Amino acid sequence: MISEWRKGAKAAIPIMIGYVPIGLAFGILASQQGLTVGNIFFMSLFVYAGSAQFIAAAMMFSGSQAISIITTTFLVNLRHLLMSASLAPHMKKLSSVIQSLISFGITDETFAVSGNYVQNNKASAGFFGGLHIASHSSWILSTVIGGIFGSKLTETTKWGLDFALSAMFIGLLVPQLKDKRGLLVCICAGLLSLILKSYTGGNYNVIIAAIIAATIGVMAEKWNNKQSLSYSE
Amino acid sequence: MEQQAILIILGMSIVTYIPRALPIIVLSKFKLPDWFLRWLKYIPVAILSALLVPEVVIFEDSVNFSLDNKNLLAAIPSLLVAYKTKNLFVTVSVGIMSMLILNLLLPNY
Repeated sequence: MISEWRKGAKAAIPIMIGYVPIGLAFGILASQQGLTVGNIFFMSLFVYAGSAQFIAAAMMFSGSQAISIITTTFLVNLRHLLMSASLAPHMKKLSSVIQSLISFGITDETFAVSGNYVQNNKASAGFFGGLHIASHSSWILSTVIGGIFGSKLTETTKWGLDFALSAMFIGLLVPQLKDKRGLLVCICAGLLSLILKSYTGGNYNVIIAAIIAATIGVMAEKWNNKQSLSYSE
Repeated sequence: MEQQAILIILGMSIVTYIPRALPIIVLSKFKLPDWFLRWLKYIPVAILSALLVPEVVIFEDSVNFSLDNKNLLAAIPSLLVAYKTKNLFVTVSVGIMSMLILNLLLPNY
């Protein structure tokens, strides 16, 4: 059991390190947008979703209504539905209580690690515990430190921190592109998301684009299989 | 402001937690069809790409494929480093440094 926790925490190391610049960036920007260090701490503890936190801080700063901030958060984070569904088949042996605790720690980054891990290993509560607690701690700590120093810094966009989130997505995405079909799904999702975002401007773009692109991936499998079948005939 | 902030954070926490927990708790009780499991395998790549592309291509509120778009310029070294090293920390650091350098070189944009 201990070794499973340790394995999970070890798998979290790149995430913990990756969260530092992004967490600092969030803390700095959020504190300049008027959030207190306490706000930042509780947001990172309970919401724990990078992009939604960036968006929420910006919306709070521009004086958006609570209901529109919460709705936006819901839409931006709806993608976790798909990640959670993707982990579900590997969680059959765990109790509902453990499942509900583990699911709290699902983020783009932890899922990029765990989604890959469960393909080849048995999912244990310890592994997820180690992975999620270590990652979450790093997120909380980085954002709070950013928040403490943020109000003392000026013109942070100059520092390049606003690019941290994009760089993180790149760092997570690229190693997962292992074959042509993955590349196809990646291109379709990116283009669809861009088109939806620029024409509708809403926040549905990520989830709609992901659903369509994954469907294209499955359809491409069928098409490939048919082709190879007709070759063998 | 303070009370408002607490309300917002509470609301955000609830609407974020439900989609995280519900599928794991419900779907793990059933045997899912094979096509659905294969579909789910494409989800990580699809989500990350759908998050990334608008973030990089949309610059100052409009789609911008020109060299004025610093996000796009900073993405190039980040992509190369991600491909070469497959290391998250190195990629994030290179991304931030690229943006820092771009901001120093092109301060007017």
